[in-house]
Amino acid sequence: MSISTRRAHPPNDSPDYQSSRLRAPKQPLRVLPGRLGELTAPLLAGETVGALDNDLTRQHDAEPLGERITISGRVLDEDGDPVSGALIEVWQANAAGRYAHRSDQHPAPLDPNFSGAGRCLTDADGGYRFVTIKPGAYPWRNHPNAWRPAHVHFSVFSPAFAQRLVTQMYFPGDPLFGQDPIFNAVSGDDAGQRLVARWSLELTEPEWSLGFAWDIVVAGREATPLDDDAPG
Amino acid sequence: MGATGILMTLGLTPSQTVGPFLAIGLTWADGPAVVPAGSPGAIRISGQVFDGTGSPVPDAIIETWQADAQGRFAHPDDPRPDSTSTFRGFGRCATDDEGVYAIVTVKPGPLPTGDGRTEAPHIDVSIFARGLLDRLVTRIYFPDEPEANGDDPLLRSLPQSERDTLIAVFDGENLRFDIRLQGPDETAFFEL
Ligand SMILES: [Fe+2]
Repeated sequence: MSISTRRAHPPNDSPDYQSSRLRAPKQPLRVLPGRLGELTAPLLAGETVGALDNDLTRQHDAEPLGERITISGRVLDEDGDPVSGALIEVWQANAAGRYAHRSDQHPAPLDPNFSGAGRCLTDADGGYRFVTIKPGAYPWRNHPNAWRPAHVHFSVFSPAFAQRLVTQMYFPGDPLFGQDPIFNAVSGDDAGQRLVARWSLELTEPEWSLGFAWDIVVAGREATPLDDDAPG
Repeated sequence: MGATGILMTLGLTPSQTVGPFLAIGLTWADGPAVVPAGSPGAIRISGQVFDGTGSPVPDAIIETWQADAQGRFAHPDDPRPDSTSTFRGFGRCATDDEGVYAIVTVKPGPLPTGDGRTEAPHIDVSIFARGLLDRLVTRIYFPDEPEANGDDPLLRSLPQSERDTLIAVFDGENLRFDIRLQGPDETAFFEL
């Protein structure tokens, strides 16, 4: 049994991304064979997720400013099987590109009606849906005049520790991709494009909001590790 | 089937960094309490996360996953027939301004490997931070288990210097497990 997830993921040693230089390990990664503890994970389907937790536009007295959007898709494993009951957590900047976080120094306005965090559980088909506003691009100090493409941070719990994924979803056609070392640390255009949502007419609600479709694919799971000789 | 005769699979979604503002989305009030403080057998495990210059990392988050005290998981893929555990097993703690995290948990039991060997009691750990494009994975082992640690297949696969980075140290009543992302005492990290 092995869940080999590394082949899709960017290497931590990606020096164009300045923050990695003092944080990426220098020693080669050792192999952790997938055993019981790696093939299990917390079952968070019972986590208290409020009915409105997936709607980031309805967490305050008034609506946040910005372009209202829906982001929806499915969590699948690489065999195409849906991952149901997966806890997804998201966080993002507001429409002006400012996070509601004490360390964000970007001189763009905070929005009193936007906290920028949401969560939901996938349904039986692995489906999820968030309503939010499109986050703004924001500057950072990686290199002169560096700007992050607009993105939503996603955290996904699947039924195995080996499947744990934290990533970012981007918007189609963003002109900032070419200069972003985080996006470009992913090798291969195909893999990079898997981080980019697709504008969807189906998910676009007439007279209301734009829709973006984005499926998330986590590593596959094989048979349980003790099938051969299940000891007590 | 694809043209090569290999079963077609979907391309994996690549990882991206949590960035510096992860606390907005990933903070749980009860995250550090794998068990409530004061529970029977509760232990506190804390430590600091350091970068390659030895400076604390104040914007990381640690996640832990472990079996209960009997070595059982509250999970359908724990195939042992007497697995009726309801143990949450999961902990999550962001580091503070000094790079310190802490969880309260119980020491897990040993685990069978499936090929007749036994893994010493341990906790699986994920580390996420700005600067890490992909999570880091390591393990916390226990200092009062020299015999089990000596037989542990994973520890045995490592050189002694790396093995030592995975064993927590006593800190009075509690345990201390520091994580060095880079440098001479770099913690051993794993790929799955
Ligand atoms: Fe961000």
